[in-house]
Amino acid sequence: MSDTTIKLSDAAIRRQMLADFWFYFRQNRGAVVGMWVFIGLVILAVFAQVIAPHDPTQQYRDALLAPPFWQEGGSTSFLLGTDAVGRDMLSRLIYGAQYSLFIGIVVVAIALIGGIFVGLLAGFFGGWVDTVIMRVMDVILAFPSLLLALVLVAVLGPGLTNAMIAIAIVYQPHFARLTRAAVMGEKEREYVTAARVAGASTMRLMFKTILPNCLAPLIVQATLSFSSAVLDSAALGFLGMGAQPPSSEWGTMLAEAREFILRAWWVVTLPGLAILISVLAINLMGDGLRDALDPKLKRS
Amino acid sequence: MIRFILSKLLYLVPTFLGITLIAFSFVRILPGDPVLLMAGERGISPERHAELSAQLGFDRPLWVQYFDFLGRLFHGDLGNSLVTKKPVMAEFLTLFPATVELGLVAILIATLIGVPVGVMAAIKRGSWFDQVSMTAALVGFSMPIFWWGLLLIIFFSGILGWTPVSGRISLMYFFPDVTGFMLIDSLISGQKGAFTSAISHLILPSVVLATIPLAVIARQTRSAMLEVMGEDYVRTARAKGMSPSRVIGVHALRNAMIPVITTIGLQIGVLMAGAILTETIFSWPGIGKWMIDSISRRDYPVVQSGLLLIAGLVMLVNLLVDLTYGLINPRIRHK
Repeated sequence: MSDTTIKLSDAAIRRQMLADFWFYFRQNRGAVVGMWVFIGLVILAVFAQVIAPHDPTQQYRDALLAPPFWQEGGSTSFLLGTDAVGRDMLSRLIYGAQYSLFIGIVVVAIALIGGIFVGLLAGFFGGWVDTVIMRVMDVILAFPSLLLALVLVAVLGPGLTNAMIAIAIVYQPHFARLTRAAVMGEKEREYVTAARVAGASTMRLMFKTILPNCLAPLIVQATLSFSSAVLDSAALGFLGMGAQPPSSEWGTMLAEAREFILRAWWVVTLPGLAILISVLAINLMGDGLRDALDPKLKRS
Repeated sequence: MIRFILSKLLYLVPTFLGITLIAFSFVRILPGDPVLLMAGERGISPERHAELSAQLGFDRPLWVQYFDFLGRLFHGDLGNSLVTKKPVMAEFLTLFPATVELGLVAILIATLIGVPVGVMAAIKRGSWFDQVSMTAALVGFSMPIFWWGLLLIIFFSGILGWTPVSGRISLMYFFPDVTGFMLIDSLISGQKGAFTSAISHLILPSVVLATIPLAVIARQTRSAMLEVMGEDYVRTARAKGMSPSRVIGVHALRNAMIPVITTIGLQIGVLMAGAILTETIFSWPGIGKWMIDSISRRDYPVVQSGLLLIAGLVMLVNLLVDLTYGLINPRIRHK
């Protein structure tokens, strides 16, 4: 009898937590809008091959710099016009969503895993381990992130992969600091002592007992880093250090379009708008997540 | 207070050494031979290679090279640019005022607009002003500023023709470099129209650079104000019958300013990253553009020293912010 009660309540607690979370998240209308836009972006990225009307690298030599369809000279076969070598803007923008989401996911994953690991070590062991790790993090944080990423890319060589690695290295100290702070707060609590007395190994204490209770601030930071990663990788692309042409990464598209700013507004305006909308959507979601996950702000 | 300052300074020593170590390793971890890289595509004779290696100290053990690097650093010697052959320090000092001018005007714009907007939004929480300004702040916070700059150029330079596209001042004007700040120098020169020209060149880049700090400051001010306005002493002041403007101006604002000042100070790193992009777009001859140009020209001594100088600078400003913080809030310095 008592066994089944425990099993039931475990699942019930999880369901209740999820319901609570959704209740608070839904209160923030902006967050819900941001979530739908983000889901839309994911769908665009996943089904880009089906949705995009043209191949993103196909050059239509008879339609260079064609304006969007509602302008004079535009045609419905290129809804948002074409760029300087006759590639369809709409298709390139849709494929660009793949880059941005991919970059965001990879950067956050590397920074998050690295940061959690390093932060756990520092917070759990304290002493000289902590001092050394946190000093190294301080050094990374002393550099403006874009500058350090730029120099790292200069060392590693320009390109998408290296840009992602560089950005992840630059973001990782934020996660390490958050994890460390949360671990230091948690490790003196009774449930940790109880687990330790019960004979839990160090690894188990670190990853199974303490870590799950430190996740809330990390999730919020992960969303913020996701949007910054999209911005920074676009900036690197714009400076010629990120994804290389002819890839349809939005920042790289902007860099190629710079010389046409006064002649063809669409090649400049649209990629930037795409960056802004996705970053804004993710930030809106991040605000909602923070409200829903931060117990200090909950009014219950 | 002196103990507080000293402890902060001491804390910076390992960080600064770490920065020098990163800047030092930068040239050494580049794939390939640094001397060959510096020689470029034309190649280099073996004798010249050995000579250059010895001259640059690459033939000695790494730790000797590092201490040599540190020693020269403390004498203000950062090596010479490979491209211009001029000392890096001299180049930095000529370009630095342009970035400072741009950054100061940007942070001024951000603070003068951001703080009042944040305070108003907090006072009128939930009103249309709050909603519109906070939505705008979130958009500003999400803005790819390199694109924002291009948009402003299209609109104000291309369509309206109000502002120039690039540079610090119109080529018509020429006057001696007194302070390095174009706004001041153009005033001193007394040439008609020079000051207006300097302003018209400065306005778009500084607005672009101010965008993200402005959004951050407005959001931070609002939340700091909201937090303070919920405190007991504010309620007490209200209950005493103090006028609302006095409650906000004297009790709430003063306390809310502490986190806001920290936020403003922390924007220096954001400004430096922004300066790289802004200066590139507007061809602003500052250290951001200098770094980008040096990276693409593979002028490694410049990149190495620029990295060091910028990080040192950010560190120094953060120290000043910390100290101000201790000055305003005695609780921190006595901890």
